[in-house]
Amino acid sequence: QDNIAVKANAVCKLTYLQMLGYDISWAAFNIIEVMSASKFTFKRIGYLAASQCFHEGTDVIMLTTNQIRKDLSSPNQYDTGVALTGLSCFVTPDLARDLANDIMTLMSHTKPYIRKKAVLIMYKVFLKYPESLRPAFPRLKEKLEDPDPGVQSAAVNVICELARRNPKNYLSLAPLFFKLMTSSTNNWVLIKIIKLFGALTPLEPRLGKKLIEPLTNLIHRFLISLSSGMPNHSASIQLCVQKLRILIEDSDQNLKYLGLLAMSKILKTHPKSVQSHKDLILQCLDDKDESIRLRALDLLYGMVSKKNLMEIVKKLMIHVDKAEGTTYRDELLTKIIDICSQSNYQYITNFEWYISILVELTRLEGTRHGHLIAAQMLDVAIRVKAIRKFAVSQMAMLLDNAHLIASNTQRNGICEVLYAAAWICGEFSEHLEEANQTLEAMLRPKVTTLPGHIQAVYVQNMVKLYASILQQKEQSGEKEAAQEITQLMIERLPQFVQSADLEVQERASCILQLIKYIQKLQIKEVPVAEEVIALFAGELNPVAPKAQKKVPVPEGLDLDAWINEPPSDSESEDEKPKTIFHDEEQRHSRHRQPEIDEEELARRREARKQEQANNPFYIKSSPSPQKRYQDTPGVEHIPVVQIDLSVPLKVPGMPMSDQYVKLEEERRHKQKLEKDKKKKKQKKEKRGKHHRHNSLHTESEEDIAPAHHVDIITEEMPENALPSDEDDKDPNDPYKALDIDLDKPLADSEKLPVQRHRNVETLKSPDSEAPLVEKKSKKPKKKEKKHKEKERDKGKKKEKEKKVIEEEEEKKVILQDLHYKSSKHKKKKHKKEKEEKSKDKKKSKKKSHHSEEETTESVQNGTLDDEPLPPMSSYRLLAENPYVKMTYDIQGNLQNDSQVTVSVIFENKSTSFLKSMELNVLDSLNTKMLRPEGSSVHDGIPVPFQLPPGISNEAQFVFTLQSIVMAQKLKGTLSFIVKNDEGSTHEKLDFKLHFSCASYLITTPCYSDAFAKLLESGDLHMSSIKVDGISISFQHLLAKICFHHHFSVVERVDSCASMYSRSIQGHHVCLLVKKGENSVSIDGKCNDSTLLSNLLDEMKETLSKC
Amino acid sequence: MQFMLLFSRQGKLRLQKWYVPLSDKEKKKITRELVQTVLARKPKMCSFLEWRDLKIVYKRYASLYFCCAIEDQDNELITLEIIHRYVELLDKYFGSVCELDIIFNFEKAYFILDEFLLGGEVQETSKKNVLKAIEQADLLQEVSKFNFSGQSISMVGCESKKFLFL
Repeated sequence: QDNIAVKANAVCKLTYLQMLGYDISWAAFNIIEVMSASKFTFKRIGYLAASQCFHEGTDVIMLTTNQIRKDLSSPNQYDTGVALTGLSCFVTPDLARDLANDIMTLMSHTKPYIRKKAVLIMYKVFLKYPESLRPAFPRLKEKLEDPDPGVQSAAVNVICELARRNPKNYLSLAPLFFKLMTSSTNNWVLIKIIKLFGALTPLEPRLGKKLIEPLTNLIHRFLISLSSGMPNHSASIQLCVQKLRILIEDSDQNLKYLGLLAMSKILKTHPKSVQSHKDLILQCLDDKDESIRLRALDLLYGMVSKKNLMEIVKKLMIHVDKAEGTTYRDELLTKIIDICSQSNYQYITNFEWYISILVELTRLEGTRHGHLIAAQMLDVAIRVKAIRKFAVSQMAMLLDNAHLIASNTQRNGICEVLYAAAWICGEFSEHLEEANQTLEAMLRPKVTTLPGHIQAVYVQNMVKLYASILQQKEQSGEKEAAQEITQLMIERLPQFVQSADLEVQERASCILQLIKYIQKLQIKEVPVAEEVIALFAGELNPVAPKAQKKVPVPEGLDLDAWINEPPSDSESEDEKPKTIFHDEEQRHSRHRQPEIDEEELARRREARKQEQANNPFYIKSSPSPQKRYQDTPGVEHIPVVQIDLSVPLKVPGMPMSDQYVKLEEERRHKQKLEKDKKKKKQKKEKRGKHHRHNSLHTESEEDIAPAHHVDIITEEMPENALPSDEDDKDPNDPYKALDIDLDKPLADSEKLPVQRHRNVETLKSPDSEAPLVEKKSKKPKKKEKKHKEKERDKGKKKEKEKKVIEEEEEKKVILQDLHYKSSKHKKKKHKKEKEEKSKDKKKSKKKSHHSEEETTESVQNGTLDDEPLPPMSSYRLLAENPYVKMTYDIQGNLQNDSQVTVSVIFENKSTSFLKSMELNVLDSLNTKMLRPEGSSVHDGIPVPFQLPPGISNEAQFVFTLQSIVMAQKLKGTLSFIVKNDEGSTHEKLDFKLHFSCASYLITTPCYSDAFAKLLESGDLHMSSIKVDGISISFQHLLAKICFHHHFSVVERVDSCASMYSRSIQGHHVCLLVKKGENSVSIDGKCNDSTLLSNLLDEMKETLSKC
Repeated sequence: MQFMLLFSRQGKLRLQKWYVPLSDKEKKKITRELVQTVLARKPKMCSFLEWRDLKIVYKRYASLYFCCAIEDQDNELITLEIIHRYVELLDKYFGSVCELDIIFNFEKAYFILDEFLLGGEVQETSKKNVLKAIEQADLLQEVSKFNFSGQSISMVGCESKKFLFL
């Protein structure tokens, strides 16, 4: 339709229909049309529809980019707002990349309404386009101090969410948040901040202490956040647990739930303090509400010990019987298994009990976790040797009663248990007492209704059973019986041969042939049992699930490389006859196959097994019926089990787990008595007071000796496995990408892709004036769009390249990049600085643009600088000779109050190759270079790279210092080898490293009220200087101080500004900078007068250069 | 917050807002599943439930269920508070809101939600500010509507009118 109003109405109705569950993706294009309507009424509906039904897969979404950009820069704040809201719902990586810069601009919009939305949407953008985080972060930080509370809380929200994922990068913001927390009155914000601290405290224990005081005031409301917040204070934890108990006992279900939840958080760090509330938690298990029961279950997991495991599991079993919903019952089941198997069966003292629990669990109807039980059975049976006999007898019983379990196979997963049962019976058939009966159970026709993979296991294990029976019979000379059993197999196996499942069919037919052959031999009265049993000889070791991954790839093996060149797609006609020939040949061989006699088959299988056993790469995580590792040397090393038979291995009657519980109690009682006796004896022997003290501990857990001394076989790992902790990290975690160090200064390569002439040109152009011209030139207008797009593509490519390489190693930035950097140094045009400076400019610039309601395209990018700031570089010249030039920069280390990092850029100016560079410094009493352990103070530190001609690279050295109040100079030498065509020579370069006081300062933001408090506190020393003959603008002056001396502006009024910084050792430095006609006066206050006067002297020097 | 659903006691969906991109199929599946589980719970039970790896926080207001999905580490109480605040906003805007208001003015309900939450995070905690923003946007809508009717009556001169009103 042509009429936009009708269309908008239709789209509106579609949105409603979409909610009712109809697919309206076909209307996506119409929605975009409505979005681009000029009227707000329609635009609003368009964006609403888009936000409801667009997602990443919507292909037309690419079309919206320009429309959104236009709306973002609309003079009408509601247009912008509606676009932002819409964008927040359907932002894609592409959109995020293209619009990041526009949104960043909006973060400093004049209207708080827009600012707030822009700040919030940045979080979505960060998630989709992590590269934008670093460039945007300074501005985000600024927003924490925004005058508008809405914007402020939005910024807190975003940073809190970011910090929750990767807290360590946000530690430096803690003071700021602390201030916010104590000053804010907005509960919503408070909760977020406390949550943020919850994420931070584990990394910085000192924070916890600081937090206690304000938090105790808020304790009722924030118990939940609190519990995750302070892991290190037993006193407060005790308090928490007490309060939580009150919560849990409360009649309000919500509070109860939250109490339990918080309890489980505490449990992780302080299991002891929660264990005393076991009674309460067990009570909660009886609650009507499923959510509460589940929470309580979680708690139980952490509360078990050797002593109470049986009791707890018994209670759980009762619940399993009572539970009505299947989901809850499943949950219970998994919990029981989890509880029992946690940390390698640590708490299980009696495995017979555990097996019987598992068997009991199989009687559950309709659970989905059959495979879980099966896995546990297998695991226990394989790893606990002592239990095998018992396990086998239980499994045989299971097989016997298979009809009970399998009766409603189709729906439930419990029949998985039969898989385990069959396997265990087969594998450990030597422990089986009535093997005949079990074999018959396995051959029942009913079995064929089981799922394929279980049948396959059945078939395979029948043979194992058969083999052991055969051996048994032959040894006792019952030939008749042996033949009988063979006959039985031959009669029953065909039912499996007809199976629809390929695996079953294959195995069955193979085995059938084998047994027919055995029958022939038996008729000839040849003893065969030995040979048959040899098929399955050998020990089986459990293999750790990650073993395969840990086998290092042998050197020189490229798994991705083609072994043979792949056949080319365009096969010419000539080759065809050849392939036909191949086919025929294959057919021939196929015809021949059946002629191979059974012996040959068996021989082949044997050979294959041998091969598999010797092949270290043939590992499967799940135990399979085939035996491997026939002659692996590891078998002998498996610890042999010693059984302390204090418990009869067989319990009369049906073994119920309860009986074990009773038995266990009796046993414990006995043990206790014995021990007491011993103790008494001891006491009689040595009448010392301190011995009585010992007897108090008889009840402690350690004293409960396990029923069996069970050696749990540890899982096997390949010998040369690489220890790696990173196995569990999910590479696809979207938040991983946001793990970015935010304290590092922005690198050139990280600027947001802005629609403008990229630095591609600036990179290439040898002329230093070119970039400036580029920058100054106004943005190309619409006509040039195509050209622009091209440029942007180029930029993107560039960006990608850089990304890839950066990932490799942050420190060794790409040569090209470095080259670029160093060339910049020469020209004194450090882009990064420029960008930082220009930000302030941009802001003011934009504001004026918006107020003029000028909607030219140039506004949205806002990159033009009328008055470019003089470029600055923090890198100073260290030393220079014809071969090499060194520039350096000193940065304080935030984490360590007595360390600074010196970054030195080495530039090779010669045409020769520089190598074996070594940097040495003569330590002073106060300042020392951090050398690797074991090297003497006279050793130099090798520079970790070599320099080809014309290349520069950066290395970092760490220095430790005691006092930072004085500037210091250290003498040092760089020695290196110059290698060129004529040979190599040894060269030296002396230098003096100047540690200025400013280099100990760290740029720290400060609030004006905190600043005022600081000044009032009166424990600061004061000093002032005055410099005449200053001609540069105040703006530049401040920028210079900020940049060279690491200060931040607190407040600026006309030609007067207050500034703040902090030293690495925590000295506060406050400045008041006033600009007169052509002079500047600086008043400084600092905790340390020496530091202050030195700082001011340095500043004087900087300023006098202006 | 991952998403927010409003549905009636009969299980009819009244409003849905997704803050994570999902396919329609997935959304439908989730909705169906959640509506069923939430409706099956008794009034005396607590407002939280675990579902997949998310936590569902729901609250019933008259015949409407407000249901939010949050992540594991998120605070449940504040989510309840968010729901309540949203209801308050609706109430203020419509004047003692009822289910019918939300059905007939669903786009308005969405707009209010959008002003209150953005990308799953609370955007504006002040009731007054949210309502002010909505009212102003509405005003703008009225103006452009009026403008639009002017356009339909006489095609000539609509350009100049547009400028007048904006």
